[in-house]
Amino acid sequence: MQGLTIIIAIILIGFIIWWFFGKHEEAAGQSAITNDQQEATIVVNGGYSPKTVVLKKGIPAKVTFDMRDKTACLSHVVFDELGLDKDLTKQATTTVEIPTDKAKEFNFACGMNMFHGKVIVK
Amino acid sequence: MRLSNLQRFWLSFVLALPLLIQMLLMPFHWMMPGYNWVALVTTTLIMLISARAYWTSAWAAFRHHRANMNTLVAIGTAVAYFYSVFAMVTGREVYFESAAFVTVFVMLGDALEERMHNNATNALEKLANLQVKTAAVLRDGKFVEVPLSAVQVGDIIQVKPGQKLPVDGVITSGKGSIDESMVTGESMPVEKHVGDEVIGATLNQAASFTFRVTKVGEDTMLAQIVEMVKHAQTSHAPIQKLTDRIAGIFVPIVLIISILTFVAWYALIGTSAVSAMLFAVAVVVIACPCALGLATPTALMVGTARAAKMGVLIKDGEALEEVSQVKTIIFDKTGTITSGKPKVTDIVGDPAEVLPLAVSLEEQSEHPLARAITEYASEKQVAPLAVTDFAVVEGKGVRAVVDGQTAFVGNSKMMVAEELAPKLAAEIKRLQKEAKTVTIVGRGKQVIGAIAIQDTPKPGAKEAIAALKKQGLKTVMLTGDNQDVARAIAAQVGIDEVIANVLPNEKADRVAAFQQAGKVAFVGDGINDAPALTLADVGIAMGSGTDIAIASGNIVLVQNDLAGVVRALSISQKTFNRIKLNLFWALIYNVVGIPIAAGLFAGLGIMLSPELAGLAMAFSSVSVVGSSLLLNKSKIAGEPAVVEG
Repeated sequence: MQGLTIIIAIILIGFIIWWFFGKHEEAAGQSAITNDQQEATIVVNGGYSPKTVVLKKGIPAKVTFDMRDKTACLSHVVFDELGLDKDLTKQATTTVEIPTDKAKEFNFACGMNMFHGKVIVK
Repeated sequence: MRLSNLQRFWLSFVLALPLLIQMLLMPFHWMMPGYNWVALVTTTLIMLISARAYWTSAWAAFRHHRANMNTLVAIGTAVAYFYSVFAMVTGREVYFESAAFVTVFVMLGDALEERMHNNATNALEKLANLQVKTAAVLRDGKFVEVPLSAVQVGDIIQVKPGQKLPVDGVITSGKGSIDESMVTGESMPVEKHVGDEVIGATLNQAASFTFRVTKVGEDTMLAQIVEMVKHAQTSHAPIQKLTDRIAGIFVPIVLIISILTFVAWYALIGTSAVSAMLFAVAVVVIACPCALGLATPTALMVGTARAAKMGVLIKDGEALEEVSQVKTIIFDKTGTITSGKPKVTDIVGDPAEVLPLAVSLEEQSEHPLARAITEYASEKQVAPLAVTDFAVVEGKGVRAVVDGQTAFVGNSKMMVAEELAPKLAAEIKRLQKEAKTVTIVGRGKQVIGAIAIQDTPKPGAKEAIAALKKQGLKTVMLTGDNQDVARAIAAQVGIDEVIANVLPNEKADRVAAFQQAGKVAFVGDGINDAPALTLADVGIAMGSGTDIAIASGNIVLVQNDLAGVVRALSISQKTFNRIKLNLFWALIYNVVGIPIAAGLFAGLGIMLSPELAGLAMAFSSVSVVGSSLLLNKSKIAGEPAVVEG
């Protein structure tokens, strides 16, 4: 029994290391362009998916946060360069306007700076 | 229906009451009839109402190869709950209360945190709400109430006693006694006359006036202050990178520690699987890095909002961090240490004779020094006399006929041909040694006196410099003036080091030179200060300064007052120290908490059940937020309310 426990523990630990620390690529999200206006949606549930959104330079852009997480952790989204701190829990979706006049990266994070994401304008 | 965290906490708390009663009465050997069933039902409800959100969030994160604090809460509660269900079915001892209490405490932490977070944000909203909603605007010769959005630049607005000013502008008629404390932090009402600038959201206490609108909407001072504070509150301090790095790897490592804890107790020490599991669950629960994540943002939010109320606008968290390491503080002279307006400091000879004559002639002149004399005369209520045959003597001064006699006012070149009494000559020499500009006043062929003029230090400059020196800072003054003038001003305010004859484009180089010895703060207000403000580790721009100076500074002082520098440094240091303290406690808490929860000190009888671990976790988050809110109460040097010395 003891031996079995140790073996299971080793397998579990190996899995945790592979699953969380191994390389797992994630595709960046693209915006949908309609009538000179681009929009992208980020689902908030246990993190941001997609984590990275790419926007086209020069087209007015909106990024919508679709809040599906009910815990306090992700309740706010903060764009520090834009000076924005939005409470996502007040409504189902929250829209943030992103300036696209210059090619730039905007980092965003949860209120505690533990979850991160990026909006890239290029 | 969407429940708030507070509602979910109360519901879960009420549902957990039977379990609490049983736990408290356990030592008295009292067993609740059908306890297992009661526990199953209430705990299941608590899981559905409160814990499920953590489970779904953790699962969503897991699928993206991510783990966060929700993962820890979810694993802790799920293991305790599902094991208990299994134990009940197979007739073993149940641990529903662990799952229930951990959830209740986590909810309590979340709810309190949400509350305090809102409190901290409220300060900013209060600032934004200072603005009034309507204004009395001149339309077709009458003042009519219009909504604020209809007010345009160039409109004339009327303000009566007790009314708030809707927007920024310049007084066109009347006068006011205005309380500007809400914007500048200055506690005394300020007298404002025609031509003076007024700020929206300030309160006119006495008299009434009209003013022409110069700024509306986003351009007003209040709107800009709110915008700047918003930026500061959402900014990151570099020290926070530590938590960023920790957050990524922390949770998986905790999970591994938890598995090792189970193995150590069960397979190596040989305790029962159940107690080994309880140790493992306690590890997972206590390790939640909530406090770590809250440490910086909450302190930043409270600190920057408090600073704004004192007229100190901090642009970002980085500035706070730099301030605590500043060794040298460099001041620009004109407009920063001095008021930038030359003033009459001494009158030699009989003032009753000298002043009327001087003002009569200087009133005609457009020289900047002449303005100092006319202002001084009107302060002393000395009226100018009638003059004829006014003439400017190029590079020397002015000449005219007053009361049938020739009179003159000018510099020392003016008196080559005139006579000078030895006593007067000595006085003039003394004043010139003090780096004052001396204007000679004469009648006929006789010099009757002299007026000394100097750009004087601002009131309170001496006290502010003394306070900075007391904090161990080296004070330096940069100026384009000559050595004598610079030395004289420095001696008056007590500055350590003077660098004179600095060309405007050399200021940044001088700052760079001082940076060799440590971090440098630069205080300035002019366009030519912008490079130095940008280069310095901390640029402090005086609010009376040019827009470009304000844009270049990391810290902006709304009031044109050096005490603001003392306040700015003090509040920055206090805030940054609070961040460090918060991070320290949050880290210590995890460093100490995890081994205790793992049962490392079980031999000494020190153990944490999962419920206690949950309580400790909630407490740590709340104590960090509470510690940040205490920044509102800490004593700040140079605060207007506190009169020192």
